Amino acid sequence: MSNIWLPLLIGLPALGAVLLGAARVPARAARYVGVAVAAATFAVAAAVAGRFDYSAGGRPQDVVNAKWLPAIDVRFHLGVDGISLPLVLLTALLVLLCVATIEDRLMIAVVLLLEVGMLGTFVALDLVLFFVFFEVVLIPMYVLIAVWGGPRRRPAATKFILFTLLGSALMLVGFFVLYAATGTFDMTQLARAHGRGIAAGTQLLAGTLMLVGFGVKSPMWPLHTWLPDAHTEAPTVGSVLLAGVLLKMGTYGFVRIVVPDLPSAAHDLAPVLGCLAVVGIVWACLACLALARGEHADLKRLIAFSSVGHMGFVLLGIATLTSAGIQGALIGNVAHGVITGLLFFLVGGVKDRFHTSDVTELGGGLLAKLPALGGLLLVASIASLGLPGLAGFWGEMLSLLGAYSPASGLSRPLFLTLMGIGAAGTLLTAVYFLAMLRRVDFGVVVDRWRGERIADVAAVDLVAWTPLVVLAVGIGVWPGLVLRVSESAVRGLLG
Amino acid sequence: MTHVAWLLPALPAFAAVIGLFFGGRMFGGPAVPAVIGTGGAFVVSLLVLGAVEGSPGKVREDVVQWTPIGGRMLHVGTRVDGLVAVVAVMVCVVALLVQVYSTAYMADDPRYSVYAAEVSLFTAAMLLVVVASSLFELLVGWELMGLCSYLLIGHYWQTEGARAAAVKAFVTTRAGDAAFLVGIIVLGVHAGSFDIDRVLTAPGHQTVLTVGVLLLLAGVVGKSAQFPLHVWLPDAMAGPTPISALIHAATMVAAGIFVVARLYPLFLAAPVALTVLGIIACITMLGAALVALVEDDLKRVLAWSTVSQLAYMSAGLAMRGWTASVYHLLTHAAFKALLFLAAGSVLRTVGTNLMSQMGGLRRAMPVTFVTALVGAAALAGLPPFAGGFSKDAILDAARERGGPLGTAVYVVGLLTVVVTAAYVTRLVVRTFLGDYRGAADAGAGVEPRPRLHESPLVMTVPLVVLAVAAVGLGLPALPHSWGVASWLDPPVGTTVMHVGAGGVALSTALVVLAAAGVYALYRRDAAADPLAVLGPVRRPLAAAFGVDAFYDRALVRPLRAFAGVVLRVDDGGLDATVEGSGLAATGLGGGLRRLQNGNVQAYASAMVIAVVAVVVGVSLAVAR
Repeated sequence: MSNIWLPLLIGLPALGAVLLGAARVPARAARYVGVAVAAATFAVAAAVAGRFDYSAGGRPQDVVNAKWLPAIDVRFHLGVDGISLPLVLLTALLVLLCVATIEDRLMIAVVLLLEVGMLGTFVALDLVLFFVFFEVVLIPMYVLIAVWGGPRRRPAATKFILFTLLGSALMLVGFFVLYAATGTFDMTQLARAHGRGIAAGTQLLAGTLMLVGFGVKSPMWPLHTWLPDAHTEAPTVGSVLLAGVLLKMGTYGFVRIVVPDLPSAAHDLAPVLGCLAVVGIVWACLACLALARGEHADLKRLIAFSSVGHMGFVLLGIATLTSAGIQGALIGNVAHGVITGLLFFLVGGVKDRFHTSDVTELGGGLLAKLPALGGLLLVASIASLGLPGLAGFWGEMLSLLGAYSPASGLSRPLFLTLMGIGAAGTLLTAVYFLAMLRRVDFGVVVDRWRGERIADVAAVDLVAWTPLVVLAVGIGVWPGLVLRVSESAVRGLLG
Repeated sequence: MTHVAWLLPALPAFAAVIGLFFGGRMFGGPAVPAVIGTGGAFVVSLLVLGAVEGSPGKVREDVVQWTPIGGRMLHVGTRVDGLVAVVAVMVCVVALLVQVYSTAYMADDPRYSVYAAEVSLFTAAMLLVVVASSLFELLVGWELMGLCSYLLIGHYWQTEGARAAAVKAFVTTRAGDAAFLVGIIVLGVHAGSFDIDRVLTAPGHQTVLTVGVLLLLAGVVGKSAQFPLHVWLPDAMAGPTPISALIHAATMVAAGIFVVARLYPLFLAAPVALTVLGIIACITMLGAALVALVEDDLKRVLAWSTVSQLAYMSAGLAMRGWTASVYHLLTHAAFKALLFLAAGSVLRTVGTNLMSQMGGLRRAMPVTFVTALVGAAALAGLPPFAGGFSKDAILDAARERGGPLGTAVYVVGLLTVVVTAAYVTRLVVRTFLGDYRGAADAGAGVEPRPRLHESPLVMTVPLVVLAVAAVGLGLPALPHSWGVASWLDPPVGTTVMHVGAGGVALSTALVVLAAAGVYALYRRDAAADPLAVLGPVRRPLAAAFGVDAFYDRALVRPLRAFAGVVLRVDDGGLDATVEGSGLAATGLGGGLRRLQNGNVQAYASAMVIAVVAVVVGVSLAVAR
C-alpha cells in the first residue's frame, strides 16, 4: 500500500471500535479514547483535504488499489475526489461531535463502527467494496436504534433494517447486472466508459434496481416511510448521523454510480426521479405542517419528515442531469447534514431537559425559558427553511436552476413544472418551520414548566453545536467552500 | 470613494454581531454598537454620495468572484450609481434616527440588546439590496430583510397577535419571493450571467423577458405590500413602533420599489409588466386609502397609508415617471418615519393604539403635535411639504402618459388625494384636537388615567430632524436643474420629472376641501369619529374588503385540511402499502403476517436469506 491516508481514515475508527467494544474500560476513559479516535480520524480527513489537489478535483486522489478477491476481480480500491471530499469531512466532523456527547462505552464503539462504514462508502472505488461498506453501516445503526432508542424502538429498528436491506439487495443486483455487462466492478473505469457498450435495456434494468436501492436510503417518496419512525425512536446521535450522513449515501450513490456509469438509464429514469422528488417535497411539507399544528406531535418526527423534503430537492437536482443540479445536490447534501444534524442535536437537547419532545407537552415559550437553546433552535430552523445567506439555500437554488434548463433530451415542460412545484415547496417549508417555531419557541411558558429549574445550554453542548452553526453560516455566505471543490468533478461525471 | 461602498452593509452587520454577543456587557450597553455601526454607515453613505455626484452618470462596480454554479461564476460586490447613493443615504438616516429614538423608546425592554442587533441586521440587509452588484447578492439581502421583519414584528412574542403577525409577514412576502427567485433564474440564465450589469444589457427575448420580469414583480408586490399581497403590513403593527418606522420608510417596503427602479430597463423592455404594475397600483392606492378612513388604531391608519403611498410609487414607475417615483420614495421615507415615530411618542404616553382613547394631546405633547402636523401635511400632499410635490410629479407623469391606463392612474390618483386628505385630517383631530377621551373608559376600573407628558429629547430630536427633512425635501422639486432629478441618474426612456402649477393647484384644492369637510364634521361633534357619517359603508372598509377572510377560506383552511390528510395517509395507507409490497417483492409475501409478529432475529435472517437468493438468482439470469 503506497498511500496510507485513506486506509488510516477507515482503520482508525475500526481500531477504536474494536478496542472499546472488547476492553471493559471505565466509561470516563472510554470517552477519552473515543474522542481521541474520532478526533484523530477527523485530523486524517483534514489532512486528506489539506493534501488535496483542488485543481484536479475530478481525479481520485490518495488512491489505494490492491488485489482483494481476484476471482471476480474485486479490488480494495479507495480514493477521494471533489465529490466525496466534502462528505468525508462532514462525516468525520459529525462523528467527532457525536462522540463528544456520548457517555456509554459500547455506544461509542458502535458509533465508531458506523463511521467505518460511512467513510468507507464515500471513498470506495469498487462496487463490491462500496456495497460492503454500505452494509457495514446498517448493523450499528440498527443497534443504536434497537438498544438505545425510545419506547417503540424495536418496531422502528426492524422497519429500518427491513427497508434498507431490501434496498441494498436491489442495489447489489444492479451492481451485478452492471458487472455482467462490463466485466468490471471498478468505479473509475465504469465512470470513464460512460456506459459505452452497455445496451440501453441492460442499463435501464440496472438503473431501476439502483433507483429503488438508493431511493430507499435517500429517502425517495414513497420509500421514505421507515425514516420518521427510525428518527423518532433513535437516540440523538443516531438521528444526527442518520440524517447527517446515512441519507447522503443514497444520493451519493446516484451521483457516483448511476449518473456516470449508466447515462442512458439516468436519462430514462430522470423524469421519474424528478417527479418523485417534488412529490416528496410537497408531501413532506404538508406532513410537517400537520405535525406542527397537530396535537402530541413529536419534534423529532417533524424534523425527520423535513428531511424527506430537503432530500427531495437533492434528488430533483440529480434528476436534472445538469452540472448546476448535481452541484446543488452535493451542496444540498452537505447543508442538510450540517443543519439537520444541528436540529437533531437541539431537539435532543430539548428532550434531555424536558424529558419530552412532544410539541403539546412542551407547550411553547422555549425562548423565554431557555433563551440560548431557543435562540439556537430559531437559527437552525431559519437555516433549514433555506434562507439565502445560509447553507440550505444553495442546494435548493441550484436544483431549481438545473430544473429550469435540464439536460438535453429531457422534457423541458416537465422540468419547468417540477421547478414551479419545487419553488412552491420553498414557501411551504417556511410555513411549517414558522408554525413549529410559533408553537414551541415563542409564546408563554406553560404552568407545567414555569416552576421547574431547567439549565440552559452548557459548555459541552456548545462544543458540539457551535461548529455546525459556524458551518451553516459559513457555507451560506461563501458557498464556494463546497462548490469550488466539486466543480470539476461534476463536469467529469456528466461526460 | 465608491470602493468603500461594501462597508455600507458590512458596518451595521458587524454591529449586529457585536451587539448580540457583547452588547449587554459593554460600556453604555447595546445602544453603543447599534448607533456607532449605523452612524458609520451613514458617514460612508455620504462619502459615496459625494463621490458619485462628483461625476454623475457613471456606474462604478467593485466585484470579486463568489462561487461557481454549474459552469457559471457568480460575483459579489458593489454597483453604485446616483440612485444607489441617494437611497443609501436615505436608509442610513432613517435607520440612525430609529436607533437613537429606540434607546429611549425601548429602554425598559428586557430584550433590547436583541432588538438593537436585529435593527442593525435589518439595516445591513437593506443596504446590501441597495449596493448589490448581482441578483443573488440582492436576494440574500432581500430575504434577510424578510427574516428581520419576522423577528422584529414578532418582538413581543409573548402575545398571540405578534406571533401571528410575524408569521403572516414572513409567509406572505415569501410567497412573492418564491416567484422572485424563479424570476432571477429566468433572467439570469437568459442573460448568461446573474450580474446586474449583464442582466440589464442582455439583448431581450420578449417572452422570456416578460415572464422573468412578471415573476420579479410578484416578489416586489409582496415586499412592497401591494394588492394582492398587502395583507401582512397592517398586521405588522404588532411590532414595536420604531420598527414600523424602519419597515415603512427605509427598509422592506422601500426595497420593492427600489428594485423596480434599479432594474428599470428590464421593465421598460417588458411593457406588459409595467401595465400589470399600473393596474395593481390603481387598486392598491384607492383601496388602502379607503380602509384607512375607518381604522380606529392609529398605527393601522398609518400602515394602510403606507400601502396606498407605495402604490403611488408603483403607479409612477408604471407611467415611466421613474424620477418622480424615486423622489416620492425619498419624501415618503421622511414623512412616514416622522409619523410613525410621532405615533410611538403618543402611544408611549397614552398606552393605547386606539384613537378613540386619545384626543387633546396637542397641549401635553407640543413637539410631537407640531412635528406630526408637518408629517400629516406632507402625507396629505399639501405644498410646500415634501409629499405634495412628489405626488404631483407622479400624477403629472400619468397625465402625460395618457391612454386608458394613464387616465385611470390619474383619476384614481386624484380620488386618492381626496381620501388621503380625509383620513389624515381624521387622524390629526382624533389624536391631538378636542379633549382627552382616555379617562372616560377608565371608569371601568381597568387602568388609571395615564399622566400625559412630552417624550424625552432623544425621541423628540429625531422628530424635529425628520420634520425638517419633510419640509426641506420639497424644495428640490422646484428647480429642475439641481436636486434629486440630477442626482439620480435616471435610466434612458423615462419621463423627465415635472411639477406643473396647474396640477399642484388642483390637488391642493382637493386636499383643502377634503380636510375642511372632515374638520367641519369634527366641529359638529368633537368627541365622535367625524367619519361616522359613512354609515353602512364602514363595514366592508373595516373588513378591508374581506381579502383576509377570503385567503383564510380559499387557501389557509384547505391547505391545513389537506396537510392533515397527507399525514394520515402517510401514517396509515402508504406505509402499509410500501411495507407490504416490499415484502411481497422479495418473495416473502406468504410469511408476512408471521414475520411481522415474530421476533427481530427471524425477521432479519429471513431478509438476509432473501437478499442472497435474489442476488444469486438475478446474477445467474443476467450472466447467462
